[in-house]
Amino acid sequence: MSNNRESLFSAKNRKLLLTPLSKENPITIQVLGICSALAVTVKLQPAFVMAVSVMAVLAVGNVLISALRKTIAPRIRIIVQLVVIASLVILVDQVLKAFVYDISKQLSVFVGLIITNCIIMGRFEAFAMSNKPWPAFLDGIGNAAGYGLILIIVAFFRELFGSGTLWGYKVIPQGFYEFGYKDNGLMILPPMALIVVGIIIWVQRSKDKELIEDK
Amino acid sequence: MENLINIFVKSIFIDNMIFAYFLGMCSYLAVSKTVKTSMGLGIAVVFVLGITVPVDYLINKYLLTAGALTWISPALADVDLSFLSFIMFIAVIASMVQLVEMVIEKFSPALYSSLGIFLPLIAVNCAILGGSLFMQEREYASVAEATSFGLGSGVGWFLAIVGIAAIREKIRYSNVPAPLKGLGITFIITGLMGIAFMSFMGIKL
Repeated sequence: MSNNRESLFSAKNRKLLLTPLSKENPITIQVLGICSALAVTVKLQPAFVMAVSVMAVLAVGNVLISALRKTIAPRIRIIVQLVVIASLVILVDQVLKAFVYDISKQLSVFVGLIITNCIIMGRFEAFAMSNKPWPAFLDGIGNAAGYGLILIIVAFFRELFGSGTLWGYKVIPQGFYEFGYKDNGLMILPPMALIVVGIIIWVQRSKDKELIEDK
Repeated sequence: MENLINIFVKSIFIDNMIFAYFLGMCSYLAVSKTVKTSMGLGIAVVFVLGITVPVDYLINKYLLTAGALTWISPALADVDLSFLSFIMFIAVIASMVQLVEMVIEKFSPALYSSLGIFLPLIAVNCAILGGSLFMQEREYASVAEATSFGLGSGVGWFLAIVGIAAIREKIRYSNVPAPLKGLGITFIITGLMGIAFMSFMGIKL
Protein backbone atom coordinates (compact mmCIF):
# COMPACT_ATOMS: atom_id res chain seq x y z
CA MET A 1 0.00 0.00 0.00
CA SER A 2 1.29 3.45 -0.82
CA ASN A 3 1.86 5.99 1.86
CA ASN A 4 0.38 8.85 -0.12
CA ARG A 5 -2.26 10.54 1.91
CA GLU A 6 -5.55 10.12 0.20
CA SER A 7 -8.64 12.02 1.19
CA LEU A 8 -10.96 10.28 3.62
CA PHE A 9 -13.71 9.78 1.10
CA SER A 10 -11.74 9.21 -2.09
CA ALA A 11 -13.39 7.24 -4.88
CA LYS A 12 -11.78 4.03 -3.64
CA ASN A 13 -13.05 4.47 -0.12
CA ARG A 14 -16.52 5.36 -1.31
CA LYS A 15 -16.49 2.14 -3.29
CA LEU A 16 -15.68 0.18 -0.13
CA LEU A 17 -18.71 1.69 1.48
CA LEU A 18 -21.15 1.25 -1.40
CA THR A 19 -20.45 -2.04 -3.22
CA PRO A 20 -21.55 -4.22 -0.29
CA LEU A 21 -24.99 -2.64 -0.59
CA SER A 22 -25.62 -4.22 -3.97
CA LYS A 23 -22.96 -5.97 -6.03
CA GLU A 24 -21.17 -7.60 -3.12
CA ASN A 25 -24.02 -7.83 -0.70
CA PRO A 26 -22.97 -10.06 2.20
CA ILE A 27 -26.23 -11.97 2.28
CA THR A 28 -27.36 -12.36 -1.29
CA ILE A 29 -23.96 -12.60 -3.01
CA GLN A 30 -21.27 -13.54 -0.51
CA VAL A 31 -23.71 -15.81 1.42
CA LEU A 32 -22.40 -14.79 4.83
CA GLY A 33 -24.32 -14.34 8.03
CA ILE A 34 -27.56 -15.93 6.93
CA CYS A 35 -28.10 -17.66 10.26
CA SER A 36 -29.03 -14.65 12.30
CA ALA A 37 -30.42 -12.71 9.36
CA LEU A 38 -33.49 -14.86 8.93
CA ALA A 39 -34.55 -15.48 12.48
CA VAL A 40 -34.88 -11.87 13.59
CA THR A 41 -36.94 -10.61 10.67
CA VAL A 42 -40.47 -11.26 11.89
CA LYS A 43 -40.81 -7.59 12.89
CA LEU A 44 -39.00 -4.46 11.76
CA GLN A 45 -37.90 -3.34 15.19
CA PRO A 46 -35.78 -6.34 16.21
CA ALA A 47 -34.38 -6.52 12.68
CA PHE A 48 -33.26 -2.91 12.95
CA VAL A 49 -31.72 -3.42 16.38
CA MET A 50 -29.92 -6.51 15.11
CA ALA A 51 -28.58 -4.60 12.09
CA VAL A 52 -27.27 -1.81 14.31
CA SER A 53 -25.65 -4.29 16.70
CA VAL A 54 -23.90 -6.09 13.86
CA MET A 55 -22.76 -2.77 12.47
CA ALA A 56 -21.25 -1.76 15.81
CA VAL A 57 -19.44 -5.07 16.25
CA LEU A 58 -18.22 -5.26 12.67
CA ALA A 59 -16.99 -1.66 12.41
CA VAL A 60 -15.21 -1.62 15.77
CA GLY A 61 -13.89 -5.16 15.31
CA ASN A 62 -12.56 -4.39 11.84
CA VAL A 63 -10.70 -1.35 13.19
CA LEU A 64 -9.24 -3.32 16.12
CA ILE A 65 -8.11 -6.24 14.00
CA SER A 66 -6.72 -3.92 11.38
CA ALA A 67 -4.78 -1.98 14.02
CA LEU A 68 -3.44 -5.22 15.49
CA ARG A 69 -2.82 -6.91 12.15
CA LYS A 70 0.96 -6.65 12.30
CA THR A 71 1.20 -8.13 15.80
CA ILE A 72 -1.14 -11.11 15.31
CA ALA A 73 0.75 -14.29 14.45
CA PRO A 74 -1.04 -16.06 11.59
CA ARG A 75 -1.34 -19.35 13.48
CA ILE A 76 -3.36 -17.95 16.35
CA ARG A 77 -5.37 -15.41 14.39
CA ILE A 78 -8.67 -17.30 14.66
CA ILE A 79 -8.49 -17.31 18.45
CA VAL A 80 -7.54 -13.63 18.54
CA GLN A 81 -10.43 -12.80 16.22
CA LEU A 82 -12.86 -14.82 18.30
CA VAL A 83 -11.75 -13.09 21.50
CA VAL A 84 -12.17 -9.66 19.92
CA ILE A 85 -15.63 -10.55 18.58
CA ALA A 86 -16.79 -12.22 21.78
CA SER A 87 -15.78 -9.25 23.94
CA LEU A 88 -17.52 -6.79 21.61
CA VAL A 89 -20.65 -8.93 21.54
CA ILE A 90 -20.71 -9.10 25.34
CA LEU A 91 -20.62 -5.29 25.38
CA VAL A 92 -23.43 -5.05 22.83
CA ASP A 93 -25.50 -7.60 24.75
CA GLN A 94 -25.12 -5.70 28.02
CA VAL A 95 -26.04 -2.41 26.34
CA LEU A 96 -29.14 -3.97 24.75
CA LYS A 97 -30.20 -5.50 28.06
CA ALA A 98 -29.79 -2.13 29.77
CA PHE A 99 -31.59 0.08 27.25
CA VAL A 100 -33.98 -1.98 25.13
CA TYR A 101 -34.73 -4.95 27.37
CA ASP A 102 -37.88 -6.10 25.54
CA ILE A 103 -36.16 -6.31 22.18
CA SER A 104 -33.15 -7.99 23.73
CA LYS A 105 -35.54 -10.66 25.04
CA GLN A 106 -37.05 -11.09 21.57
CA LEU A 107 -33.64 -11.46 19.97
CA SER A 108 -32.83 -14.10 22.63
CA VAL A 109 -29.85 -16.19 21.60
CA PHE A 110 -29.31 -14.35 18.36
CA VAL A 111 -27.33 -11.55 19.98
CA GLY A 112 -24.88 -14.17 21.22
CA LEU A 113 -24.84 -15.71 17.79
CA ILE A 114 -23.31 -12.54 16.34
CA ILE A 115 -20.07 -14.18 17.55
CA THR A 116 -20.37 -16.92 14.99
CA ASN A 117 -21.88 -14.67 12.35
CA CYS A 118 -19.75 -15.50 9.34
CA ILE A 119 -19.89 -11.91 8.06
CA ILE A 120 -17.69 -10.80 10.90
CA MET A 121 -15.07 -13.54 10.65
CA GLY A 122 -15.25 -13.30 6.87
CA ARG A 123 -14.56 -9.57 6.78
CA PHE A 124 -11.79 -9.86 9.38
CA GLU A 125 -10.09 -12.52 7.28
CA ALA A 126 -10.71 -11.03 3.87
CA PHE A 127 -10.23 -7.36 4.58
CA ALA A 128 -9.14 -6.18 8.02
CA MET A 129 -6.09 -8.47 8.19
CA SER A 130 -4.55 -6.78 5.15
CA ASN A 131 -5.76 -3.19 5.23
CA LYS A 132 -5.40 -0.02 7.27
CA PRO A 133 -7.89 0.90 9.99
CA TRP A 134 -9.80 3.61 8.10
CA PRO A 135 -10.61 1.53 4.99
CA ALA A 136 -11.33 -1.35 7.34
CA PHE A 137 -13.81 0.82 9.22
CA LEU A 138 -15.56 1.80 5.99
CA ASP A 139 -15.61 -1.81 4.86
CA GLY A 140 -17.18 -2.79 8.17
CA ILE A 141 -19.86 -0.11 7.95
CA GLY A 142 -20.54 -0.93 4.29
CA ASN A 143 -20.92 -4.66 4.82
CA ALA A 144 -23.02 -4.26 7.91
CA ALA A 145 -25.22 -1.82 6.00
CA GLY A 146 -25.62 -4.33 3.17
CA TYR A 147 -26.59 -6.95 5.74
CA GLY A 148 -28.96 -4.55 7.47
CA LEU A 149 -30.55 -3.55 4.17
CA ILE A 150 -31.60 -7.14 3.40
CA LEU A 151 -32.74 -7.64 7.00
CA ILE A 152 -34.95 -4.57 6.80
CA ILE A 153 -36.40 -5.46 3.40
CA VAL A 154 -37.28 -8.97 4.59
CA ALA A 155 -38.67 -7.70 7.87
CA PHE A 156 -40.73 -5.03 6.05
CA PHE A 157 -42.55 -7.59 3.94
CA ARG A 158 -42.93 -10.13 6.73
CA GLU A 159 -44.33 -7.61 9.18
CA LEU A 160 -46.57 -5.89 6.63
CA PHE A 161 -48.18 -9.08 5.33
CA GLY A 162 -47.80 -11.17 8.46
CA SER A 163 -49.19 -8.87 11.11
CA GLY A 164 -50.47 -5.86 9.12
CA THR A 165 -48.22 -3.52 11.09
CA LEU A 166 -44.96 -1.64 10.48
CA TRP A 167 -42.66 -0.81 13.39
CA GLY A 168 -45.51 -1.93 15.64
CA TYR A 169 -48.06 0.55 14.20
CA LYS A 170 -51.14 -0.63 12.33
CA VAL A 171 -50.84 0.34 8.68
CA ILE A 172 -53.51 -1.78 7.05
CA PRO A 173 -56.80 0.09 7.57
CA GLN A 174 -59.51 -1.58 9.63
CA GLY A 175 -61.84 -1.36 6.61
CA PHE A 176 -59.78 -3.97 4.77
CA TYR A 177 -60.37 -6.47 7.54
CA GLU A 178 -64.10 -5.77 7.45
CA PHE A 179 -64.04 -6.67 3.75
CA GLY A 180 -62.54 -10.00 4.64
CA TYR A 181 -58.79 -9.28 4.35
CA LYS A 182 -56.76 -11.53 6.64
CA ASP A 183 -53.19 -11.30 7.82
CA ASN A 184 -51.14 -14.06 6.29
CA GLY A 185 -50.05 -16.18 9.23
CA LEU A 186 -47.56 -18.07 7.09
CA MET A 187 -45.40 -14.94 6.78
CA ILE A 188 -44.63 -15.02 10.49
CA LEU A 189 -43.42 -18.61 10.39
CA PRO A 190 -39.73 -19.30 9.77
CA PRO A 191 -39.90 -20.91 6.29
CA MET A 192 -41.26 -17.73 4.70
CA ALA A 193 -38.08 -15.86 5.61
CA LEU A 194 -36.13 -18.25 3.40
CA ILE A 195 -38.57 -17.87 0.56
CA VAL A 196 -38.58 -14.06 0.81
CA VAL A 197 -34.76 -14.03 0.68
CA GLY A 198 -34.90 -16.41 -2.29
CA ILE A 199 -37.19 -13.97 -4.08
CA ILE A 200 -34.93 -11.02 -3.27
CA ILE A 201 -32.02 -12.95 -4.79
CA TRP A 202 -34.14 -13.67 -7.83
CA VAL A 203 -35.05 -10.02 -8.33
CA GLN A 204 -31.50 -8.82 -7.78
CA ARG A 205 -29.99 -11.32 -10.18
CA SER A 206 -32.50 -10.73 -12.92
CA LYS A 207 -31.65 -7.02 -12.77
CA ASP A 208 -27.91 -7.63 -12.84
CA LYS A 209 -27.11 -10.44 -15.23
CA GLU A 210 -23.46 -10.60 -14.19
CA LEU A 211 -24.43 -12.14 -10.88
CA ILE A 212 -26.13 -15.19 -12.35
CA GLU A 213 -24.39 -18.44 -11.41
CA ASP A 214 -23.86 -20.51 -14.54
CA LYS A 215 -23.94 -24.13 -13.60
CA MET B 1 -36.08 -41.93 30.28
CA GLU B 2 -39.26 -41.04 28.46
CA ASN B 3 -38.45 -37.42 29.06
CA LEU B 4 -35.05 -37.83 27.38
CA ILE B 5 -36.59 -39.41 24.30
CA ASN B 6 -39.12 -36.58 24.15
CA ILE B 7 -36.38 -33.97 24.17
CA PHE B 8 -34.46 -35.92 21.55
CA VAL B 9 -37.38 -36.25 19.15
CA LYS B 10 -38.50 -32.69 19.77
CA SER B 11 -35.09 -31.25 18.93
CA ILE B 12 -34.87 -33.29 15.74
CA PHE B 13 -38.25 -32.55 14.23
CA ILE B 14 -40.01 -29.68 15.95
CA ASP B 15 -37.19 -27.37 17.00
CA ASN B 16 -35.06 -28.29 14.03
CA MET B 17 -31.88 -26.18 13.98
CA ILE B 18 -32.17 -25.32 10.30
CA PHE B 19 -35.88 -25.07 9.65
CA ALA B 20 -36.99 -23.45 12.88
CA TYR B 21 -33.97 -21.36 13.87
CA PHE B 22 -31.79 -21.11 10.74
CA LEU B 23 -28.69 -22.04 12.68
CA GLY B 24 -25.63 -23.15 10.75
CA MET B 25 -27.04 -21.82 7.49
CA CYS B 26 -23.65 -20.69 6.19
CA SER B 27 -22.09 -24.13 6.05
CA TYR B 28 -25.48 -25.62 5.21
CA LEU B 29 -25.58 -23.61 1.99
CA ALA B 30 -21.88 -23.89 1.21
CA VAL B 31 -21.31 -27.61 1.75
CA SER B 32 -24.60 -29.07 0.51
CA LYS B 33 -23.56 -29.55 -3.11
CA THR B 34 -23.08 -33.32 -2.87
CA VAL B 35 -24.56 -35.92 -0.53
CA LYS B 36 -21.19 -37.39 0.37
CA THR B 37 -19.54 -34.28 1.74
CA SER B 38 -22.70 -33.14 3.47
CA MET B 39 -22.88 -36.54 5.18
CA GLY B 40 -19.34 -35.96 6.52
CA LEU B 41 -20.14 -32.51 7.82
CA GLY B 42 -23.44 -33.69 9.28
CA ILE B 43 -21.79 -36.48 11.27
CA ALA B 44 -19.12 -34.07 12.51
CA VAL B 45 -21.83 -31.68 13.71
CA VAL B 46 -23.70 -34.45 15.58
CA PHE B 47 -20.42 -35.45 17.19
CA VAL B 48 -19.36 -31.97 18.27
CA LEU B 49 -22.83 -30.94 19.48
CA GLY B 50 -23.06 -34.13 21.50
CA ILE B 51 -19.85 -33.18 23.30
CA THR B 52 -19.99 -29.41 23.62
CA VAL B 53 -23.58 -29.04 24.86
CA PRO B 54 -23.07 -31.20 27.99
CA VAL B 55 -19.66 -29.63 28.69
CA ASP B 56 -21.13 -26.14 28.38
CA TYR B 57 -24.02 -27.28 30.56
CA LEU B 58 -21.62 -28.23 33.36
CA ILE B 59 -19.68 -24.99 32.98
CA ASN B 60 -22.86 -22.99 33.02
CA LYS B 61 -24.23 -24.79 36.05
CA TYR B 62 -21.11 -24.91 38.20
CA LEU B 63 -19.30 -21.72 37.18
CA LEU B 64 -21.48 -19.13 35.51
CA THR B 65 -25.06 -18.80 36.75
CA ALA B 66 -25.94 -16.69 39.75
CA GLY B 67 -24.94 -18.51 42.93
CA ALA B 68 -23.20 -21.28 41.00
CA LEU B 69 -19.94 -20.87 42.85
CA THR B 70 -21.33 -21.88 46.27
CA TRP B 71 -19.59 -25.25 45.95
CA ILE B 72 -16.28 -23.44 46.43
CA SER B 73 -17.35 -21.37 49.39
CA PRO B 74 -20.70 -20.04 50.60
CA ALA B 75 -19.29 -16.52 50.50
CA LEU B 76 -19.49 -16.59 46.70
CA ALA B 77 -23.26 -17.07 46.68
CA ASP B 78 -24.07 -13.72 45.09
CA VAL B 79 -21.47 -13.83 42.31
CA ASP B 80 -23.13 -13.85 38.89
CA LEU B 81 -20.79 -14.51 36.02
CA SER B 82 -23.41 -15.20 33.39
CA PHE B 83 -22.29 -12.21 31.30
CA LEU B 84 -19.14 -14.23 30.58
CA SER B 85 -21.08 -17.09 29.04
CA PHE B 86 -20.52 -16.08 25.38
CA ILE B 87 -16.77 -16.00 25.68
CA MET B 88 -16.67 -19.17 27.80
CA PHE B 89 -18.87 -21.11 25.39
CA ILE B 90 -16.93 -20.09 22.32
CA ALA B 91 -13.65 -20.93 24.04
CA VAL B 92 -14.99 -24.36 25.02
CA ILE B 93 -16.22 -24.98 21.49
CA ALA B 94 -12.97 -23.91 19.84
CA SER B 95 -10.85 -26.01 22.19
CA MET B 96 -13.22 -29.01 22.07
CA VAL B 97 -13.11 -28.99 18.29
CA GLN B 98 -9.34 -28.89 18.41
CA LEU B 99 -9.27 -31.71 20.96
CA VAL B 100 -11.72 -33.87 19.04
CA GLU B 101 -9.67 -33.34 15.92
CA MET B 102 -6.50 -34.51 17.65
CA VAL B 103 -8.16 -37.53 19.25
CA ILE B 104 -9.70 -38.66 15.97
CA GLU B 105 -6.43 -38.17 14.15
CA LYS B 106 -4.66 -40.36 16.70
CA PHE B 107 -7.17 -43.17 17.02
CA SER B 108 -9.00 -43.37 13.73
CA PRO B 109 -7.08 -42.08 10.72
CA ALA B 110 -9.85 -43.31 8.41
CA LEU B 111 -12.49 -41.24 10.20
CA TYR B 112 -10.06 -38.33 10.32
CA SER B 113 -9.53 -38.34 6.60
CA SER B 114 -13.28 -38.16 6.03
CA LEU B 115 -14.17 -35.71 8.83
CA GLY B 116 -10.86 -33.87 9.17
CA ILE B 117 -11.42 -30.96 6.84
CA PHE B 118 -14.82 -30.23 8.32
CA LEU B 119 -13.81 -29.99 11.95
CA PRO B 120 -12.16 -26.55 11.84
CA LEU B 121 -15.21 -25.27 9.93
CA ILE B 122 -17.40 -26.36 12.77
CA ALA B 123 -15.83 -24.06 15.36
CA VAL B 124 -17.57 -21.14 13.71
CA ASN B 125 -20.79 -22.98 12.83
CA CYS B 126 -23.65 -21.10 14.47
CA ALA B 127 -25.48 -24.36 15.16
CA ILE B 128 -22.87 -25.34 17.73
CA LEU B 129 -22.86 -22.09 19.67
CA GLY B 130 -26.61 -21.87 19.17
CA GLY B 131 -27.02 -25.29 20.76
CA SER B 132 -25.18 -24.14 23.87
CA LEU B 133 -27.09 -20.87 24.06
CA PHE B 134 -30.48 -22.57 23.69
CA MET B 135 -29.42 -25.06 26.34
CA GLN B 136 -28.68 -22.13 28.66
CA GLU B 137 -31.93 -20.36 27.82
CA ARG B 138 -34.16 -23.41 28.26
CA GLU B 139 -32.60 -24.40 31.58
CA TYR B 140 -32.48 -28.17 31.21
CA ALA B 141 -32.62 -30.04 34.50
CA SER B 142 -29.74 -32.48 34.12
CA VAL B 143 -26.67 -33.32 32.05
CA ALA B 144 -28.56 -36.21 30.48
CA GLU B 145 -31.27 -33.86 29.20
CA ALA B 146 -28.68 -31.46 27.84
CA THR B 147 -26.86 -34.30 26.08
CA SER B 148 -30.02 -35.60 24.52
CA PHE B 149 -30.87 -32.08 23.35
CA GLY B 150 -27.37 -31.69 21.87
CA LEU B 151 -27.48 -35.01 20.04
CA GLY B 152 -31.04 -34.43 18.83
CA SER B 153 -30.20 -31.01 17.40
CA GLY B 154 -27.20 -32.53 15.69
CA VAL B 155 -29.27 -35.28 14.11
CA GLY B 156 -31.86 -32.72 12.98
CA TRP B 157 -29.13 -30.67 11.32
CA PHE B 158 -27.71 -33.82 9.73
CA LEU B 159 -31.12 -34.76 8.27
CA ALA B 160 -31.61 -31.28 6.89
CA ILE B 161 -28.24 -31.03 5.15
CA VAL B 162 -28.38 -34.53 3.67
CA GLY B 163 -31.92 -33.86 2.44
CA ILE B 164 -31.05 -30.60 0.72
CA ALA B 165 -27.89 -32.11 -0.79
CA ALA B 166 -29.91 -34.91 -2.34
CA ILE B 167 -32.38 -32.42 -3.80
CA ARG B 168 -29.58 -30.20 -5.11
CA GLU B 169 -27.94 -33.14 -6.86
CA LYS B 170 -31.18 -33.79 -8.72
CA ILE B 171 -32.11 -30.21 -9.42
CA ARG B 172 -28.91 -29.65 -11.36
CA TYR B 173 -30.65 -31.33 -14.29
CA SER B 174 -33.80 -29.24 -14.06
CA ASN B 175 -34.60 -26.12 -15.95
CA VAL B 176 -34.48 -23.50 -13.20
CA PRO B 177 -34.87 -19.83 -14.27
CA ALA B 178 -31.33 -18.48 -14.73
CA PRO B 179 -31.40 -15.81 -12.00
CA LEU B 180 -32.62 -18.37 -9.47
CA LYS B 181 -29.91 -20.91 -10.22
CA GLY B 182 -27.68 -21.96 -7.36
CA LEU B 183 -28.33 -19.89 -4.28
CA GLY B 184 -31.84 -18.62 -5.01
CA ILE B 185 -33.46 -21.98 -5.61
CA THR B 186 -31.66 -23.47 -2.61
CA PHE B 187 -33.26 -20.87 -0.37
CA ILE B 188 -36.71 -21.53 -1.77
CA ILE B 189 -36.33 -25.31 -1.47
CA THR B 190 -35.17 -24.94 2.11
CA GLY B 191 -38.25 -22.84 2.78
CA LEU B 192 -40.49 -25.52 1.30
CA MET B 193 -38.72 -28.22 3.33
CA GLY B 194 -39.27 -26.05 6.37
CA ILE B 195 -43.00 -25.92 5.64
CA ALA B 196 -42.99 -29.71 5.33
CA PHE B 197 -41.22 -30.02 8.67
CA MET B 198 -43.82 -27.79 10.26
CA SER B 199 -46.30 -30.60 9.96
CA PHE B 200 -44.47 -32.20 12.88
CA MET B 201 -45.55 -29.33 15.10
CA GLY B 202 -48.83 -31.04 15.83
CA ILE B 203 -47.06 -33.81 17.72
CA LYS B 204 -47.66 -33.41 21.44
CA LEU B 205 -44.67 -34.40 23.52
